[in-house]
Amino acid sequence: MANDSTTAAAPARRAARPSRSRQRLTSLAGFLVTLAVTFLGLLAITFFIGRIVPIDPVLAVVGDRAPVAVYERVRQEMGLDQPLITQFVSYVGDVATGNFGTSVSTGKPVIEDLARVFPATLEMATLGIILGVLIGVPLGVFAAARRGSWLDQGIRVIGLLGYSVPAFWLGLVGLAVFYAKLKWVGGPGRVDIFYDGMVSPVTGLILIDSIIAGEWEIFRNAVWHLILPASCLGFFSLAYIARMTRSFMLDQLSQEYVTTARVKGVPERLVIWRHAFRPIRVPLITVIGLSYAGLLEGSVMIETIFSWPGIGNYLTVALLNADMAAVLGSTLVIGAVFIGINKISDVLYRVLDPRAR
Amino acid sequence: MTTFRDWLIDDSPSSPMQARLGRFYRIFGALMRNPLAVVGGVIILVLVLTALFAPWLATHDPLRQSLGERLLPPSAAHWMGTDELGRDIWSRVVYGSRITLAIVTLVAVLAAPAGLVIGVAAGYFGGWVDRILMGITDVFLSLPKLILALAFVAALGPGIENAIIAIAITSWPGYARVARAETLTFKNSEFISAVRLLGASSLRVNLGHVLPLCTSSMIVRVTLDMAGIILTAAGLGFIGLGAQPPLPEWGAMISRGRSFILDQWWVATMPGFAIILVSLGFCFLGDGLRDVLDPKSGEQR
Repeated sequence: MANDSTTAAAPARRAARPSRSRQRLTSLAGFLVTLAVTFLGLLAITFFIGRIVPIDPVLAVVGDRAPVAVYERVRQEMGLDQPLITQFVSYVGDVATGNFGTSVSTGKPVIEDLARVFPATLEMATLGIILGVLIGVPLGVFAAARRGSWLDQGIRVIGLLGYSVPAFWLGLVGLAVFYAKLKWVGGPGRVDIFYDGMVSPVTGLILIDSIIAGEWEIFRNAVWHLILPASCLGFFSLAYIARMTRSFMLDQLSQEYVTTARVKGVPERLVIWRHAFRPIRVPLITVIGLSYAGLLEGSVMIETIFSWPGIGNYLTVALLNADMAAVLGSTLVIGAVFIGINKISDVLYRVLDPRAR
Repeated sequence: MTTFRDWLIDDSPSSPMQARLGRFYRIFGALMRNPLAVVGGVIILVLVLTALFAPWLATHDPLRQSLGERLLPPSAAHWMGTDELGRDIWSRVVYGSRITLAIVTLVAVLAAPAGLVIGVAAGYFGGWVDRILMGITDVFLSLPKLILALAFVAALGPGIENAIIAIAITSWPGYARVARAETLTFKNSEFISAVRLLGASSLRVNLGHVLPLCTSSMIVRVTLDMAGIILTAAGLGFIGLGAQPPLPEWGAMISRGRSFILDQWWVATMPGFAIILVSLGFCFLGDGLRDVLDPKSGEQR
């Protein structure tokens, strides 16, 4: 997926280049257009999915014993007699004003549900990506520095395991080993049942809320519960980040300026960190962004295992109840955040890398 | 004295068949020199053989319940233990290989040609066709695959056929991108112009000359994608939207074993090892194939 994000801006770059500021303006416009098109595409897909559901939305409201006249009236009230394009426009309008419909399983507006569950996912994914970067980047650099060694081979295998281990399986095995057997970490849920609902949600991030409330006991308990699911997620970003860091570093280490530095007698440690590592920081930002977006997706499986009250859990429950408003709402939010992170890392890349300007 | 090998590696083959066989021989030789690719190939071969000979490899009927033998640990009689209905897990894993193989094959058969046709059309015709087709492709590419597949299955209804359709819908865009890039590289080459000058229709140019040139990079991409497809299918099965009971699908088996993970760990872990092994096999083979067939794309994907 790494090479896909750079392609969207191609039309903007093809434009004439009269002056710098003009050029920057057209590239900004091009960026906004692709962003808008992508979001519209996402909406079109969720709209389409909503249409192919074999459940008749009118019957769901009026029940199957309603007389034809009532059925027709509700059908008109719901706008289902309008042409598809009109329906799509009003759908886009609804989504833009935050009207995602009402969840059948919780009985609340989907947007409220999503606002409540999203912070839990954000907290887990953020800790996951921090772990992934802190461990993955050094591992990748070391692997490249000692190319062919057992360390390098080990890191390559870890990188491939990141593509082959099912997230839900890793979570289950992690629970069995670290929670049940070794008792190193807390079990499912965000905190022990005992502490549940004891801090009032300000940000929705329990680590921050408990600090605000000065409840250190709860803070410790939350860390205790968060560490295992976050590590499982972190493993996948670690695998991907280490793999990409390794390949970026190998690219740099084969460059002539590195040989020059070595010939001049620069210590190997400085060659690696000061010379070779510096230029790869910018592409790494893109990789980290992609990986962070990927964790949102991975959290769906991990949350099911850890009964984590986040968006992934909300989505799976909705899926099993055929609660389409909630399913499409979650898909929209996860998709929008996914697109957002991808585009931001794309922009950061172009702002930070002078060659890409 | 000429041997069969000399005939294969002949620099001036006298027939297209000889050239083709020679190419296969060279690719095969290069793959054999890559230890990881060999391991991957062997794993995939074992998967195919297991699927073919499942009735002979399984020690029990994968669907036969025997409540007297519930949740037995691995032993000589039950190599991987038994599940909560007393079914032999080894036999279920063996039969599950058929489901996994069927899923990856069907997804590849549905998604790869669709992506290939769209990508080649976009690359060959350019202009508006390109812009519209690639616009759609890019929208699909910038969305999370698993979530999209989940939403499609939710709409289509649970079941293995719908899971396959959903995964195929989310996988074609990658192939379209690859095929378009390949098409652009030789769209303006002389042999294509020559065919066109001879009066070939664009359909003929594409089917006869452009499509075949895209195949090697498509094979690489499909092989590398297999692990992801297996994981998505297992994930759908795990959530309960993919293969339905009593089918011995690996993801669904893990889901059944979830309640017993603390005391009867083998129920959930054994199918997981099968998933990891097969996915790793495809990764190894894909890496090796890429080094041989498509060396310029390098490590990044």
